[in-house]
Amino acid sequence: MANLVETAKTKEEALIEELGYDDHFHDHHHGDKYQSSFVSKYIFSMDHKIIAKQFLITGMIWAIIGAAMSVIFRLQLGFPEESLAWIKPLLGKWIVVDSNGFGTLDPEFYYALVTMHGTIIVFFVLTAGLSGTFSNLLIPLQVGARDMASPFLNMLSYWFFFLASVVMFISLFLNTGPFSGGWVAYPPLSALPEASSGSKAGMTLWTTSLVFFVVSVLLGGVNYITTVLNLRTKGMTMWRLPLTIWAFFVTAILGLLSFPVLVSAFFLLMFDRGLGTSFYLSEIFIGGQALDHVGGSPILYQHLFWFLGHPEVYIIILPAMGLVSEVLSVQSRKPIFGYRAMVLSILAIAFLSFIVWAHHMFMSGVNPFISNIFVVFTLIIAVPSAVKVFNWIATLYRGRVRMNTPALFAIGFVSMFISGGLTGIFLGNSAIDIQLHDTYFVVAHFHIVMGVAAFFGMFAGIYHWFPKMYGRFMNETMGKIHFWGTMIGAYVIFWPMHYLGMIGVPRRYYSFDTFDAFGSFDGLNAFITIGAIITFVVQLLFVINFFYSIWKGKKMTEKNPWKANTLEWTTPIDTGHGNWPGKIPTVQRWAYDYGKDGKEFITQVTPLAEGEEPSDH
Amino acid sequence: MDIAVNKTTYNRNKISPLKFALWASLASISMMFAGFLSAYLVRQAAGNWFEFVLPNLFLWSTGIIVLSSVTMHWAVKAFREEDERLYKSMLLATFCLGIVFIITQYQGWLAMQASGIDLKGNPSGAFVYLISGVHVAHVVGGIAALLVALIHGFTLPFKVTERRKTRLDITAHYWHYVDVLWVVLYLFLTFYR
Repeated sequence: MANLVETAKTKEEALIEELGYDDHFHDHHHGDKYQSSFVSKYIFSMDHKIIAKQFLITGMIWAIIGAAMSVIFRLQLGFPEESLAWIKPLLGKWIVVDSNGFGTLDPEFYYALVTMHGTIIVFFVLTAGLSGTFSNLLIPLQVGARDMASPFLNMLSYWFFFLASVVMFISLFLNTGPFSGGWVAYPPLSALPEASSGSKAGMTLWTTSLVFFVVSVLLGGVNYITTVLNLRTKGMTMWRLPLTIWAFFVTAILGLLSFPVLVSAFFLLMFDRGLGTSFYLSEIFIGGQALDHVGGSPILYQHLFWFLGHPEVYIIILPAMGLVSEVLSVQSRKPIFGYRAMVLSILAIAFLSFIVWAHHMFMSGVNPFISNIFVVFTLIIAVPSAVKVFNWIATLYRGRVRMNTPALFAIGFVSMFISGGLTGIFLGNSAIDIQLHDTYFVVAHFHIVMGVAAFFGMFAGIYHWFPKMYGRFMNETMGKIHFWGTMIGAYVIFWPMHYLGMIGVPRRYYSFDTFDAFGSFDGLNAFITIGAIITFVVQLLFVINFFYSIWKGKKMTEKNPWKANTLEWTTPIDTGHGNWPGKIPTVQRWAYDYGKDGKEFITQVTPLAEGEEPSDH
Repeated sequence: MDIAVNKTTYNRNKISPLKFALWASLASISMMFAGFLSAYLVRQAAGNWFEFVLPNLFLWSTGIIVLSSVTMHWAVKAFREEDERLYKSMLLATFCLGIVFIITQYQGWLAMQASGIDLKGNPSGAFVYLISGVHVAHVVGGIAALLVALIHGFTLPFKVTERRKTRLDITAHYWHYVDVLWVVLYLFLTFYR
């Protein structure tokens, strides 16, 4: 066995030694100044692999907090008649206990929980935790670079995210409560501190935190784009890039162009809040008092917000799509079906994402004729999305699929993306939106298509690249329980919400006591809540598996355990700073030569055999 | 910083990755201002818009910042031609013009205030304060970069190396960018009032 491993190692190593690009790495490497002390190795690290882990673990902590919040507000929705006094030790004054010892969740705090759940999951988990983790881990490794273009800015990117996290975390403990006006923070509610208690200091910290967050995204994005365009190794043409890299690259461009517009929206909002301007505020009475704001337009904020907000959903889903494409191809031992169509559909989705934002505003008083244009562009997005779904299924078709945890999560992603994507076609129609807007139908749609699906992509990525990150495997049994629990749990939670939404049950409501029409849904709401609790517990199993496997998981004995083609699997098991100990590998072929000419897989460093036609034409 | 590693690794690239990273950031800053300007247009189209003429001081400041771009260009040219004296004096001139620009903008705001257009009034005025204010914040960033360039220029022994050329280029590109950005903003605010 040891002998076999030895031979396997030397084959790729010999190829790199023979054909690699000599950048005199060691000549400039007097001692390792990057990893010389604990602080520079694990805390203020400039190594992209460590930064990736920092993003991942911070994202996981936020995911637990964000998901726990949803469990608490689901308890209110599912069991409004039950006492919540038992959570008082955790939530303190936000649980109001009456003289009979019956505890109720403070309605104001319910709104804060909903708001924070959205903010945390959308930005901190599915943007920073997903794109931050895998762009950092995979871009340098898969394009064949020693590190990012600027490791220093890369480090700053993480620490700005950390700063944003700290500010947001502090806001959870304010006496007036965290921001509670919804994750979209529409004015006037968000612009007027007197409008609600969450709009006081909570909102100030919320905007501050998100501005830091945007800085983090931009520093990261600039690095990702520059690294992909400038630091690809010899032979790595754009058309030879793995789809992961295409996805991260386009995601970074989307972020770079859309997040600044969110900042401009926030600047106007901060001016309205702090300096008395009236960009978003028109004639408003609060408590019978007229405010001296005149002539502003709250719709203006919605335009600016959704100009980011819509690309943001693709910032979340594109990296997941990239990870899934790679995992599906590797684990089904087949080349990805329609590589170029995959790349072109990523580009098409990215382009279209900038011209559909007003579909979030059909019911906000937008001119119906303008709505028509946005309906058309929105529905066109179904085309590249369907191309991708077809290609994933065609990749699986007649593949020798290894049914391991990463493959299961990748297949689960496709299932979720189809279920959630189809309801998007309903919602994209402005006429149907008159009935469906702001109902649980919307909640079901976006949770399945960009929430659960993105989590599935992330899990597929974590299970697949865990050996590259920690040199050990995650436990398969726990992984499979995690998969089936999450797969069934997610459908149990979100499928029934479609029915609630079609009847017209509005989202964000604290209680439906006063609506006789919705009384018949009490049982269904309780069912959803039980599903949410079980699914949450199953996620804790993942967390246990993750940390257990870091130290106790099955050790990796060969460099390329999945028998994959991409460059990250040619690095040593314990990958040091600079990724390759000697020369940088040069790339001889595209990333998807699986099952070609009777060979199970051919790595990207292997030159074309005599008379062999390249696959990437 | 790791620049040394990357530079030696990838000097076969035609553009420096750091320069490219700067341009990507400039695209990002442009998007933020595009956000402001489109908000301006949308708000203007909604009516209740107070029309006024920008104080002349803003025309002066436009001239000053354009001039500073000329001196910056001169400084880069002199550095490449190894003309130490011209390089140092032009760099210093750019720095001073940058400061004068900010003072002129501030005077412009005071003039607007004096003519009764204050921040809390009609959004047409508030937009001018906001847009020119955020622009000045970016100029301050440029001045910080110039300050670093000045310290380098006056303390390090004069030697034209690739690395220092790239550094100076990056400072200059950013400076030209905030210059062009202001010219665009000034023309916009003048013609779309």
